[in-house]
This record gives sequence, structure tokens and C-alpha cells, in this order.
Amino acid sequence: MKKIRNRDHLEEIRRKLLEKRESGKPCITISSGTCGRVSDSQKVVEAIYAAIKKHGVEDKVYVRVTGCHGFCQVAPILVIYPDGIFYQQVKAKDADDIITETILANRVVDRLLYVDPTTGEKIAYEKDVPFFVKQKRLLLGNNRFVDPTKIEDYFAVGGYKALGKALFEMKPEEVSEQIKRSGLRGRGGAGFPTGAKWENCRRAKGDIKYVVCNADEGDPGAYMDRSLLEGNPHSIIEGMIIGAYAIGAHQGYVYVRYEYPLAIENSRIALNQAREYGLLGKNILGSGFDFDIKLAIGAGAFVCGESTALIASIEGKMGEPRAKYIHTVERGLWNRPTNLNNVKTWANVPLIINNGADWYSKIGTAKSKGTGIFSLVGKINNTGLVEVPMGTPLRQIIYDIGGGIPEGKKFKAVETGGPSGGCMPEKLLDLPVDFERLTEAGSMMGSGGMIVMDENTCMVDVARYFLNFLADESCGKCVPCREGIKRMLEILVDITEGRGKEEDLELLEELAEMVKDFSLCGLGKTAPNPVLSTLRYFRDEYEAHVRDKKCPAGVCKNLIEYCILENVCTGCGACLKVCPQQAIQGELKKPHIISSENCVRCGICRDACPVEAIIVS
Amino acid sequence: MVTLTIDGVKVQAEKGSTILEVAKFYGIEIPTLCYHDELTPYGSCRLCTVEVDDGRKTRLVASCLYPVKEGIMVKTHTERLIKGRKMILELLIARCPNSKTLQDLASEIGLEQVRFKMKNEDCILCGLCVRMCNEQMGSGAIGFVGRGQKREVATPFRMASEICRNCGACMYICPAVNLQCRGVKSPGELCNSCLIITPQCLEKYGQVMCTQDSCGACVEKEKK
Amino acid sequence: MKLSEDLSEYSKIDNIMKNHSWEESALISILQETENLYDYLPAWALRHISEKLNIPMIQVYGVASFYNAFHLTQHGKHLIRVCEGTACHVKGGHRVMEELERKLNIEAGETTKDLNFTLERVNCLGCCALGPIVMVDDNYYGQMSPAKVGPLIKQLQKNRIDHK
Repeated sequence: MKKIRNRDHLEEIRRKLLEKRESGKPCITISSGTCGRVSDSQKVVEAIYAAIKKHGVEDKVYVRVTGCHGFCQVAPILVIYPDGIFYQQVKAKDADDIITETILANRVVDRLLYVDPTTGEKIAYEKDVPFFVKQKRLLLGNNRFVDPTKIEDYFAVGGYKALGKALFEMKPEEVSEQIKRSGLRGRGGAGFPTGAKWENCRRAKGDIKYVVCNADEGDPGAYMDRSLLEGNPHSIIEGMIIGAYAIGAHQGYVYVRYEYPLAIENSRIALNQAREYGLLGKNILGSGFDFDIKLAIGAGAFVCGESTALIASIEGKMGEPRAKYIHTVERGLWNRPTNLNNVKTWANVPLIINNGADWYSKIGTAKSKGTGIFSLVGKINNTGLVEVPMGTPLRQIIYDIGGGIPEGKKFKAVETGGPSGGCMPEKLLDLPVDFERLTEAGSMMGSGGMIVMDENTCMVDVARYFLNFLADESCGKCVPCREGIKRMLEILVDITEGRGKEEDLELLEELAEMVKDFSLCGLGKTAPNPVLSTLRYFRDEYEAHVRDKKCPAGVCKNLIEYCILENVCTGCGACLKVCPQQAIQGELKKPHIISSENCVRCGICRDACPVEAIIVS
Repeated sequence: MVTLTIDGVKVQAEKGSTILEVAKFYGIEIPTLCYHDELTPYGSCRLCTVEVDDGRKTRLVASCLYPVKEGIMVKTHTERLIKGRKMILELLIARCPNSKTLQDLASEIGLEQVRFKMKNEDCILCGLCVRMCNEQMGSGAIGFVGRGQKREVATPFRMASEICRNCGACMYICPAVNLQCRGVKSPGELCNSCLIITPQCLEKYGQVMCTQDSCGACVEKEKK
Repeated sequence: MKLSEDLSEYSKIDNIMKNHSWEESALISILQETENLYDYLPAWALRHISEKLNIPMIQVYGVASFYNAFHLTQHGKHLIRVCEGTACHVKGGHRVMEELERKLNIEAGETTKDLNFTLERVNCLGCCALGPIVMVDDNYYGQMSPAKVGPLIKQLQKNRIDHK
């Protein structure tokens, strides 16, 4: 019987686990989250096991298959602990060398080491990799030490200790008080003080209450919730049990979007294991507290990230939001008090209970406490997940951690907050990431997506992209969002296709104001943000499109032309061969010409040209 | 009972009633489209939006759904609200230009131009027909289908309904098709005839006729 | 609307509903598992679910038509999904989609006449480091570019890649 009887029993299990695990024995850790798998990390795992068998070193080494480590640019990552030897972009064929060289002969496999792009230096240890140096990985850090399908790994890193403390050393009100004092704010985007939310839910009338984890993560470009849920699902489960205890709920739901099959699978496994060990179900750890969690799966609707739409979805209905004049903490799921929090918010809870509110409130800024996890993607050298204390300047994240813009191109903007957020130009790079500061600048923190754009990104096109996304994802119930976004999109399509008129910008702003003020839910209310922020900081680009019918960044197809520079072209014919429209003509060794009529601006020729003779004008 | 202020007037209301209900009771007019007092409020047209100051901050809320609270100060016709309502009507007329109900609302609010590409739909997705069919007629033959731009009112599989009783309640209640505006001659035009000119029907018939169906007499004058 | 004559088909769906304890609120999961069985949601299946779960047909149909994951018509042999996430877009994802549209002679959301391919946009898959990403059935293709589209389609047509 696996069921843990009480707190002492849990600590005994933990002690025995740690004793059994020889701390000196090397542990080959392979990151195999979704991105890792797309890069064939599972083949690496198979190859490592095969190599271990081949060389007969089964008892000399541990293997741990974990979730995402965060440095996705160089996945699959293989780290050998306790030393922390860091191998990147590992392939199946490297497995043998890793065993023979590193495990058996104590030598480093040079070709697998990370090379610092600025110094050219090869870096052998994880702690020295620039991407990780400036991060404070309080939440993501454990992804490296936990196999998400093995609850024992979670015990070994101190898992469920906080639960024991909460259930046996604290009253439910004291738990909420701790969370309140810590200053934790919702990490889903709105940044509402979590402790206060829990207290409101506790006070709400009704015996049946619910806690919900929002793992819908619809913001395109954001995937930190996926990483946490895939890589360390127990951290969220533990947080939810503690929260349920504080609020007085006995049933919880984790709502995961269906586009995350691995997160769904790992959550299922973790929930089952937690139940086996009696950490979910009746009389948890002998405390008398009952609580269990069900998994609910989304079906592809961005709007279901909005709390009332999510709740409707759990009830089996269309994801239509409703007005929040009566808050969900009073009437939510099945009209009962419901506390909904984001994945990252729940994951912070065990951290705070274990280390105390005072410790937590020392991290971050005056109004934004703790760490934030951001997905740094787009035109950036080091794509990945970045966890830093709140208040870290954007510049540090993008340059010191992100490694700057690839191909030496110029930074143009960083978009935060997904479709609800805005784009920030270079002059705001010293802004600290903090709820209030980002909102003042016309953006918002949102769930934490951070998309970097360079000189070849057209900001008008970006605004059009977001409106297109929102037009698709709008539930369609209210007029401002459904009709307003549609018409804003029409105007932007006209502008990007060269039919923009002077009056368009004014009309765009008028529409934006109305949609912001009159929409029913958060999706509509924040939909104008990308347009408004790009108009605020990049108005000159809009005017170039409207007045001069030009796209300065060279993106909007109707406003650009591809042409071959006569003096650079060597006449090799590479472009002619690959042009799918047969729009290029020319003789061998003589400059080639692109026929603008037939050219569809697909860009295949530009990629094929060895001397970069094709430019956008 | 709850005491609140609407447009500077102190009023009393029963707990649980909405701002719109209270305003109507006191004769304070707030424009509506998707609201009907015999059906559950839906909050989709947003025309009834009002400004509510609860002492800490001012919010814009749908008055057909917002429950009254002690001490709130409500404003129903600020510049911000009128501007927004005009825009909402502009969007709706661009979608359904032939609806007399919409044209009349536009005239009342003083809408002057429609700057969007005209479409020719006959549904504004207010949901009155769906709620009518469900709540008053007890049928549930029609409902909302699809999402966003593809949202429409339809029957399952868009096939002839097995449970529709042909009662016509949906057509009766529909603001987009129950009364057709005869005055719109070209796309993007705002009619304004019913409110600006003295209707011909008053002379001809001794009463205003378009409560039944617009006879078009109001615009015959211009044809000559 | 085709009715399934094979009673075993109905019992397959009954099994799904049974696994969810015939709960109304499990409608979305039930629809998902039904979609997994048939690659779309046949009308007869939706009617059966409405009947057995006692949910009005219009509500079942409404839910089925609301979410991206559900298809009310059969799609092609291969489902090609292009990630439309912001990172993929900024890295040129739209050009990949346009090249796919040109090569397959259809628009996003449509199926080729020979019923081989259905082209769709999909919401961010969360693999931004490897963008632009294209999914064919259950397989991911990272770092796609317009130039790689032609060879990919050729391979799929020659059935060199069989994902089923």
C-alpha cells in the first residue's frame, strides 16, 4: 500500500529516497519536453540507454528523462549531474561518445559544448552558460531534476513538504494570509493579488467551492505554462491542494488546451500517482482534508483562456464569456464560488509556504513580487524560457540572456502580453518588467510571452496579424468585439495592401476606443492594444504605408518588389531554378532579372542566392 | 432596498434589480437593442452601456445586466457613451442597412455617416429570436452556431427543424427584419426620414403607419 | 445525412460516453474522442450523443461548431496544419502558408479535390524555437521555409511518409 499515512511517513519516504540515491553517482539528464521531442530527443534517450547497455555501465550511472530545461534554442539538452556538464543539440549518434568519453574516461565531448557567440569560448558547465547566468530559476529550475512521470523525483526535491506544513502547522486563513503578505499576483495576465482572491472565495457563501488551474495558455508565442505542467506537474498539484485547503474547496480542475498532448499525458500520470500515494482523495496525509482534481481538456478556442469562458467550457458549453459583475469567486463553475488561477501562480504557492512570505516579498519590485517566467522568442539568438526577478530591465533579458538579435540585425520592438499586449520600441528597453510599468507603456505583462522583432518586421503587419488572430478567436457574442475587430482588420488589410487612406488612421483610433470601452470581456477590451501601441510608437510606418504606399521593413507584398542587383549577380542561375512561378529570366553568367508581374514575393529566390544579390525595394 | 444615483437623480431600487430596470421605472431612457423585458437579458449589443462610479473607480457596464449596488453613481448619457453608441450603430448599419429599427436608433442618436464597406445581412446576432424560441415558446429549435465572424443563428445541421412549430415568434421579435426601412436608396446612406420629415402617412391616413410596416410614404416626396 | 447501419458504431460511442459516466459536462471530451475515432464528427454520431446525454440537439451542434478541434465534414487523408503563432509569423510563417496554398491549389481551411490534403491554420503549438512549424497529422516539421514546401508535398504524395 503506497498511501502515505501522515507527515512523518512522508518525511521517512523522502529520507529513504535520498539515502538510496548516491549523490556522487553521475546522472545523465535529457530534456525531453515537446520542443525536445520535435528535435528527436526520444531517439537520444533510446541511444543513451543502448550505449549504457553496450558498455555495461548500468550500475555506474543514472538516467533521468525530464521536461524542458528552458534553453530551447539548443535542444535536445543533455546535462550530467552533479558536475553539470552541459551538452547541447545532442543527437542519437552522440550517445556512444558521451558514455565512452565522459562517463568512462572523464573527458568532455568538445563538439557538443555550447559556444559563447561573443567570446567564441566553449563552455563546459551549465552554471557558466550565459543564458542561465542571469536567471533566477526558482520555478523552472526543478525541471532539470524531476522526471514528470515519477513522483519520487518530486519527493526528492522537497515536494509536498509545503503541503504538510500548511495542513498541520497552519489554519486555512493563515495560508491565505501568507500568500497575501508575499505579494503574489496572478500570473495569467491581470495580476490580481492572489491572497485577496483566495480570501474573497473563502468568504463567499456556499459549502461547495472549486479551485481551477488555467492551463489554456492561448497567447501565441507563450509556452512557459506548458513547460511547467509538462515538466513538473506536481508543483502545480501541490499548489492547488494548499489553495483548496485555504479556501475550503474539495474539488479542483486543471483545464489544459488540447494542443498540449504531452502536458495532458504527464498531468494525468501525476494525478494518478498523487492519488496512489494518498496526496489526493480522502484524508490527505491524515489531516482529515479531502480534495481531488479532475482534468478538463480544451478544444481549440483562445477565448477559453478567459476565466468565465473557461468555466463555461468545463460545464460542456460553448466558450462564451459572461459579464463579471458578479465575480467568479462568488458565482463561477456551476454557479458556485470558484477560484481560478494560472499555472505559474499555483506553482509559486509551495515555494511561498516553504520559504515564507518575507523571503518571497524580498524578490522583485515594490508592487510586483517574485520571479516572472517569460518565453523569449522571435528574432532572438537564444530562444527559450527565461525566469528572472520582477523588475529586471527588458534590455537585460533581450541582450544579456537572449544574446541579442541574430545576423547582426537591428532590434526594433518587443511585444509582450500576446494579443492583449503591445509592442515596445528601443527607447523603452530599460523598462523593468513589472505589471504597472508595462501597462503604463501601453502594453501589459500578460502571461509572459515576449516576442522580439527586428528591422525586417513590419509593425503594421504585426498589428494586422494580431487583429486577424483575434477576429478568428472572438466568440462573436458582443457587437464591439465581433464587428469592431472585423472592421479594424479591414482597414489594416487595406493599409498593408496599399489601399490605405488618410482618414483610416483616425477611424482606426475611434474604433479602438469604442472596442476598448464597450466590449463584454477581456479579449475584446484588450484587442485594440497591439494597434494602439504600434500607432503610438511606430506611426511613421503607418504613414509610409498610407501616404507613400511603401513598406519600410520590406514585408507587405503589394508594396514591395524583389529585384536583382546587376552588379552583384554572378548569373549562377540558382534563383531561376527554384522560382516556383518561373518569374526569373537570364543567361548563364549574366545578370538575371525578376519579372514583377509574375513574382509573388515568396522569397525562395532570396534564400537560394549565394551572393545576396536579391533585395527588397 | 438600495439607494443609488442615476444622472444626478437619487433613486431607490430593490436589491437584485438591474440598472436598466430601475432606469426604466423612473422614465430614464437608455437605448437598447438585444433587450426585451420578457426575456433574460443577454448583454450582446452593448448599446445600454452606462458609466458606473462605485466610489473607487468608474467602469463601463451593460446596464441590462449590472445589479444595483448601494451608493453607486450612474451616468447614462456622457460624451464617451454617446460616441461609443454611435460607433456601435454605425457598425450595425454597415451590416444591416435595411433595418428600420436600426435606422431609427441611428437617427435618434444623431449618427451622421457610415464609413465602412456596406454588407447586406439580415441578422445582427442579438439573440432575441434564440431566447424567444427557448424561453417563451419552449422550443429551442434555433440557436447560435459557429464562432466569431462565422457566428450565426441556425438550426442543427442547418436543416429544416423537426421541432419548429412555425409560430413566427422569432420573426416578430427580430429588430433586423421585422420592419424594413424603405428610405435607404444607396449603400452607406442613413435614412433619417421618419424622424426628420413629417410622415406623409399622417396626412394621408390620419396616423403614423410604420408601427405596422413602413409604407414608404415618408420617402415618396423625394421621388417626385 | 447518413445513418450508420452498423450498430457496433453506435456502441463505440456509447462506450465513450460510459467512460465519462454519461455526464453532460463531459460533452467536449466525448466529442473529442468521437472525432479521434472518425477523424470528424458525423451527423449521426452527434444525434446519438444528443439523445443519450439528453442535451438539446442545437446545443450539441453549437458546441461542435464552436471549437477548432472539431470538424463537421470529413477532411483529407493528411491534415496539414501551419502554426500561426506570433514567433512563427515573425520568422516568415505566412510565406510558408502561402506557398502551401499555391502548391496545393487550395486556401487555408479547404481540402484538395483528390481528398489527399486538408490545409489548416493552427494556434501556437508552443515550439517557438523551431519555428516556422508545420504539423502533418501527428508529426512536427520545424524550421520550415517556402523552399522546403515543394519537397515535403512531393514526399507526402509519394506516400513515403505514412503517418497513419
